[in-house]
Amino acid sequence: MGLKNKDLLGIEHFSPEEILLVLDTAASMKEIIGRQIKKVPTLRGKTVVNVFYEPSTRTRTSFELAAKYLSADSINISASGSSVVKGESLRDTSATIAALGADVVVLRHPMAGAPVLVAGQVKAAVINAGDGAHEHPTQALLDMYTVRDKKGALEGLKIAIVGDILHSRVARSDIWGFTRMGARVRVCGPSTMLPPGLENMGVEVFHRMEEALSGADVIIMLRIQLERQQQGLFPSVREYARLFGLNSEKLALAKPGALVMHPGPINRGVEIATEVAYGVQAVINEQVTNGLAVRMALLYLLAGGVAQ
Amino acid sequence: MSSELAQKAKIMDQEGIRRAVTRIAHEIIERNKGTDNLALIGIRRRGVPLALRLAGKIKDIEGKEVPVGILDITLYRDDLATRAQHPLVRKTEVPFSVDGKKIVLVDDVMFTGRTIRAALDAVIDLGRPKIIQLAVLVDRGHRELPIRADYVGKNVPTSRREAVSVRLLETDNGEEVVIEEKET
Repeated sequence: MGLKNKDLLGIEHFSPEEILLVLDTAASMKEIIGRQIKKVPTLRGKTVVNVFYEPSTRTRTSFELAAKYLSADSINISASGSSVVKGESLRDTSATIAALGADVVVLRHPMAGAPVLVAGQVKAAVINAGDGAHEHPTQALLDMYTVRDKKGALEGLKIAIVGDILHSRVARSDIWGFTRMGARVRVCGPSTMLPPGLENMGVEVFHRMEEALSGADVIIMLRIQLERQQQGLFPSVREYARLFGLNSEKLALAKPGALVMHPGPINRGVEIATEVAYGVQAVINEQVTNGLAVRMALLYLLAGGVAQ
Repeated sequence: MSSELAQKAKIMDQEGIRRAVTRIAHEIIERNKGTDNLALIGIRRRGVPLALRLAGKIKDIEGKEVPVGILDITLYRDDLATRAQHPLVRKTEVPFSVDGKKIVLVDDVMFTGRTIRAALDAVIDLGRPKIIQLAVLVDRGHRELPIRADYVGKNVPTSRREAVSVRLLETDNGEEVVIEEKET
């Protein structure tokens, strides 16, 4: 019983059994987060290296805290403060990290597939913390954890994902994860932000938010990447907020007690209205706590001793 | 694993287990002069039903509820660094503060003492009990650490080649303690 591969590169190739193992282990880890003394000796002597080539607050601090709660030593390398600015390649940086004796490498990189490259080069377990517009598997796992925790199960639930599906690694990992666990996933956004062939991923595509939300058990709002507005994918922020922002009226179309989720950071008043983001149905802060538990679970499951 | 084991001797049956649990319940109450500040913590997996049974007996005898917690010691094992794959972690559920409490740890079989060492660390991470005592259904010897039990259902001399299996109705088919030998 365990994960099949030494790395977590994406949800696409993760089995339902592996997803359940991570969620169940995370449930055990969550108890530790609630303690007065949040520390167990489990990963003493192990080293976790967080390599972030893109800015991140919650994912990086979450991995860092997860390592510390499990008594592993963790260090952070960010592109701006490292030899990367001197022109070192990803290949050479990963060789250096391997030489330092890392047991787990957590990698965020703007290029899709970068974690696969590193995973093939180092003996350490590699965890993808977001690669380009490809995958963000730990976000999908914490989203699934949060929904299962609140709704009891994932099978048969209607999950609506709304926003910039095209550029969202969260959407991609969530779609693979939730559909694999038997949930029915709907996606919705401006047609410029819906990649062709989405139906092949087993989701229903909606262009009107009201239809997508009707009867939904869970609403996952994606961050609208304001920096992309210059590319002309939507005419104005105000129009986007009107058509694809979540406010109380639209929320009322979903099932009573539907969960409102957001991977953060949120643009209040754009994709989500303040009253909804801080409303009783929002579980955005719980997602952050659950993310910590899920990352502790992954570090535990992937940082086993010497193989063979 | 169990398929390689041949049963050698039955050392306790259902009645024997019941009597041992009843006696230990009496001993716990006597040693602690009642149930004030007392709490039981069962070690997963078979320590949990035993702790619940002890709490039931104590209630029958004293008429007072004693809180019961569940401890999973996986994260505290001393062999994690040498295992290729980490074992499954289950939840620790101790729904009361251990600070100042008289804690009785409960497990089925005591062998090397390493499980109890891990359990002591796990409990102390939850707070500062006044005292920690240990109750086991079977003590089979071969200690590797300076640890002893306060309450023992039965002392069973064994060889290291043997295995002691406790089966309880809550977790297994049947209710018995048997010695099994690894076939060569």
